[in-house]
Amino acid sequence: MKLSLGPIQYYWPRERVMDFYKAVEAAPVDIVYLGETVCSKRRELRPADWLELADRLSAASKTVVMSTLALMEAESEQLALERLVNNGRYMIEANDATGLGLSTGKPFVAGPHINTYNAGTLKELADVGAVRWVMPVELSRDILAAMHAARPQGLETEVWGFGRLPLAFSARCFTARARNLPKDNCELACIDYPGGLSMSTQDGNDFLNINGIQLQSADPANLIHAVPELLDMGVEVLRISPEPEGTEQVIQAFRDCIEGTRSSAQAMEQIKGLYPRFSNGYWKGEAGMNWQESLSA
Amino acid sequence: MNPQRMELVCPAGGLPALRTAVDHGADAVYLSLRGETNARNFPGLNFDRKALAKGIAYAHGKGTKVYMALNTYPQPDIWKAATEAVDAAAAEGVDAVILADLGLMRHAADNHPDLTLHLSVQGSATTAEALNFYHDRYGVRRAVLPRVLSLSQVAQVIERTKVDIEVFGFGSLCVMVEGRCMLSSYATGDSPNTKGACSPAHSVRWIETDRGREARLNGVLIDTFREGESAGYPVICKGRYHVGDGEDTVYAIEEPTSLSTLDILPDLLKAGVKAIKLEGRQRSPAYVGKATQVMRQALDAVHANPDNYTPKPEWAQQLAGMSEGRTQTLGALHRAWQ
Repeated sequence: MKLSLGPIQYYWPRERVMDFYKAVEAAPVDIVYLGETVCSKRRELRPADWLELADRLSAASKTVVMSTLALMEAESEQLALERLVNNGRYMIEANDATGLGLSTGKPFVAGPHINTYNAGTLKELADVGAVRWVMPVELSRDILAAMHAARPQGLETEVWGFGRLPLAFSARCFTARARNLPKDNCELACIDYPGGLSMSTQDGNDFLNINGIQLQSADPANLIHAVPELLDMGVEVLRISPEPEGTEQVIQAFRDCIEGTRSSAQAMEQIKGLYPRFSNGYWKGEAGMNWQESLSA
Repeated sequence: MNPQRMELVCPAGGLPALRTAVDHGADAVYLSLRGETNARNFPGLNFDRKALAKGIAYAHGKGTKVYMALNTYPQPDIWKAATEAVDAAAAEGVDAVILADLGLMRHAADNHPDLTLHLSVQGSATTAEALNFYHDRYGVRRAVLPRVLSLSQVAQVIERTKVDIEVFGFGSLCVMVEGRCMLSSYATGDSPNTKGACSPAHSVRWIETDRGREARLNGVLIDTFREGESAGYPVICKGRYHVGDGEDTVYAIEEPTSLSTLDILPDLLKAGVKAIKLEGRQRSPAYVGKATQVMRQALDAVHANPDNYTPKPEWAQQLAGMSEGRTQTLGALHRAWQ
């Protein structure tokens, strides 16, 4: 099973992004997804900068995929996507039907925001040109097993293994709303929240995480305890989504677990101090926010 | 000159609602078979096969079209039920099926080439390119736009797509891109995509406390209502929370409010919108009848004279009386909302 690093969901200053990917060059991940998936106003890096980063990671033996926006609204966004699809060097991860349309006939990854809930859809995606699909984060182990077994030949399966879950997107920017700013004059407020802005219930429980037009789970998903099952199933790729802290330790822990140098319990020991809580409820077909230490069937 | 008309598409959660929508001037009604194949999978709602045949006969007898929504994303365990529902729709002679799932679209296009396909709002298509993908690949003729585009963006999309565009005109407001929201399953396990349910009733608990009436969703505190405050149904996007280190509890996502496009119907017509949809298959026949009647009058006025249209105060009043939170918004159509 290969390990992938998903796109950075947050808006980080350019230097931070550069430093982060400098470290990734040496990190034990096989695939790196690059680019902005949440908001086209986040332009610390220009398209050319992302492609330059891609070349560097590629030279460090990483397979690079260019990720794309989950919600396309303006015509300018569609044009930018068209240019990206035709970059000539790197495959894209399509995250909406605009990407599917533009990628038709080309190899691409059907990202986590493409609604892929059955084998009929897997066949459609493969016919369009997909070489890999990323399971929607709300699907369970049982659905994964059924779909993975029924997938068309040559279509790889990727599963979200770690990181705050992208749960929803809106036309509205919730970060701007929290700062009482209109979206059209948002002052790029997201840059002040490298790990998003927490949203907790009136009785003080962290529930969701505001990240611009996106809402995430407060607790990162963590499928470390499912790694043995994922290996048994023959899932090809497991994704780590970058978080502001601890991503290197998380990558190492998952790598060790995949290679069998640590048990999942031992790997968990390496990362459990990084966050107050994790979630893995979706894996067992329950509320996504649930967490169980043991995932045995 | 009146370039075109906008079709009025009304919800029918059951036969009584269907009849009242037809009688009050719907050009089309949309409905669903029972079960997890539709995005309003509520107990006691929707049609069995026999009622469907009756509904179609009633509607067609009065010149009203019938669309069937099969707009969840069927997982392997209900795939068979979902394809059978498409087959039933074709066999009963509905005027179109409203789909979101790529696999189901392939099934429909391959097995029922004469069945008209509409792309559901759950399909999350927000660009001309996305819409054309569905048109070119499956022959989709109409699409319902997610409630995320501004009016000028809607007009731009229409200029460049081969697909007819339907927009929501009145009813509950989804704040999130439809088909892209897993907030409900994160808290409860059930979402619109997987179960056709948002904030399912079996997960809702009302608890009286000293601080007020708590609305909890699978244990998650969505809001606390003080005495005298009107307590809306606890959906996650309309609850009150703390944001960051803030002490206050705020509507961090959206206030309880309804969408109403009554004021901008001529703009939608000029933008080239082909149909106006009323939300609410879960609503009572009385609600459906009243909403249909008001929108019928409004659309007739727009069609008669789009340049001199002023919504009558009583229309706005009637719709306001039926609105969630008793307030109304244009939602994303109005840029400032975003």
